Amino acid sequence: MRVYSTKLRSRFLLGTALYPSPAVMLETIRESQCEVVTVSLRRESGQSRHGQDFWSLIKESGARVLPNTAGCFTAKEAINTAHMAREVFDTKWIKLEVIGENDTLQPDVFGLVEAARVLCSEGFEVFPYTTDDLVVSEKLLDAGCEVLMPWGAPIGSGQGLNNPRALRRLRAHFPNVTLVVDAGVGLPSHAARAMEMGYDAVLLNTAVARAGNPVAMGRAFAMAIESGRLAYESEPMEARNMAAPSTPVLGKALL
Amino acid sequence: MNVVVVGAGVAGLCCAFELTKAGASVEIIDRGASLGADSCSWFAGGMLAPWCEGESAEPLVVSLGERAIAWWKRRGVGLAQRGSLVVAQRRDEPELKRFARRTKEHEWLTENEIAELEPELEGRFSHGLLFPKEAHIDPRAALKSLKASLEGLGVFIEYGCDGFAHTDRTDHVVDCRGLAARDELADLRGVKGEMLLIRSSEFFLTRPVRLLHPRIPLYIVPRGNGLYMVGATMIESDDRTRITARSLIELLQGAYSLHPILAEAEVVETGCDVRPAFPNNLPRIRRRGNTTYVNGFYRHGFLLAPALAEWTREVVMNNAYYPEVMDEHPMQ
Repeated sequence: MRVYSTKLRSRFLLGTALYPSPAVMLETIRESQCEVVTVSLRRESGQSRHGQDFWSLIKESGARVLPNTAGCFTAKEAINTAHMAREVFDTKWIKLEVIGENDTLQPDVFGLVEAARVLCSEGFEVFPYTTDDLVVSEKLLDAGCEVLMPWGAPIGSGQGLNNPRALRRLRAHFPNVTLVVDAGVGLPSHAARAMEMGYDAVLLNTAVARAGNPVAMGRAFAMAIESGRLAYESEPMEARNMAAPSTPVLGKALL
Repeated sequence: MNVVVVGAGVAGLCCAFELTKAGASVEIIDRGASLGADSCSWFAGGMLAPWCEGESAEPLVVSLGERAIAWWKRRGVGLAQRGSLVVAQRRDEPELKRFARRTKEHEWLTENEIAELEPELEGRFSHGLLFPKEAHIDPRAALKSLKASLEGLGVFIEYGCDGFAHTDRTDHVVDCRGLAARDELADLRGVKGEMLLIRSSEFFLTRPVRLLHPRIPLYIVPRGNGLYMVGATMIESDDRTRITARSLIELLQGAYSLHPILAEAEVVETGCDVRPAFPNNLPRIRRRGNTTYVNGFYRHGFLLAPALAEWTREVVMNNAYYPEVMDEHPMQ
């Protein structure tokens, strides 16, 4: 898989929040073999670098850091956070979140497009967390994004893919854009389903970090994502209404 | 045996007490100007809630923590064992199921049963969990009382002592400096916590209540006379200088959603400090020559200090080895 100019082997992007301890987080990253981890940057710790110890631990994992602008409610806040993240993590990558509503944490797509336009023009490689709306997706691509990250369901809800039709439509409409399902995934089967649809990757956090055994759940997701991708590449059979015998029924010996 | 304990937080005082009781001659030094002035123990919640902590902590924290209740009881520090109550707002009810699944020693409560235990919460939560064996103390009173007990045994704290005074002429140093020991313990990190004290003459709670929240483990602990501690944030940061508006809003919102009357409460104090933690968030005892480091209590200072102090006593005086919290055998 290619994101911007970077080639990745793993199609599993993992968040670094909510683990019982950094040690469990590191083991989960290692066991799930994901190459990209998202890190949310509090402006508080960004400005003064007080979070350095935790960031060093994350860097220890060897995974590429995708900083995000979680918790930003306006384009301006998100842009400032992105600037800070570039300094702290020394990367052009930014997962852009502009939250529009407190209960559903759904993206403010207007602020998102606005921030994406500014950040792309400044040379950032923007990974926008967006809805499954096709027109918004067009605008994000126009703004300069080369990756789209539509939600499966509200952040942290674990509901899975709430609108599979819209997700399929996006995939069909943008066959050459890197598409990542981000947020709302609760079970490995949800992730597998997204991959079977032809999504390029899945990004999640809570489903793994808040599992009873995050390390094992990380592996379960890694397998599901790989399995879903393999299925997509293998051209799955078409479903049909009636049975289709897999062995000939005519000419069987009558006993 | 002469021992200098560096740091007069809950770790240092508990270690000093156990060592003194076992016959060591102990001195305590602390960088602060007075008791608690420069230690994160001062901002602790004071919940002795090992089973609740099992929701996110390793089983070791639960098993060591279970010993804390009896230890603090023996110290006569005004411990109340009325259990702890766990509730969630309707939108976060799946969190309550998860909490129950991940913990032991609790019972489910109905709305009426919650009201029987805590009349103020009548009609506010449809389910809850009670951990009947859990207890709580006032951590500041507990530190003061421990200090007084130590003075009764002839052990005094020398304040304003930056560094390691007296440590060159002693048999053993027990380093309980918390995050300040990062100069010696490179894998130690800080986890910032913010809290506040509020006072309400209209709200009456008799046991700690945890309000489950997807981001921060919010709790409110009664300190008597209408005083309540509301805590605590968990931020990967070593900044101990300020509490942010965001954290204050989250803590106050939590208190308010427990009961709207708390909107009228007086804000008595806000506080913040940094908890010392190792990467696995578990405590460690490390022995190097004649120095023993006791650190990494994370958010479990008052819960872990008694058991770790007993073990430290054995490590220092009898070369004991506890693989659960030690890297290597001190004699090897």
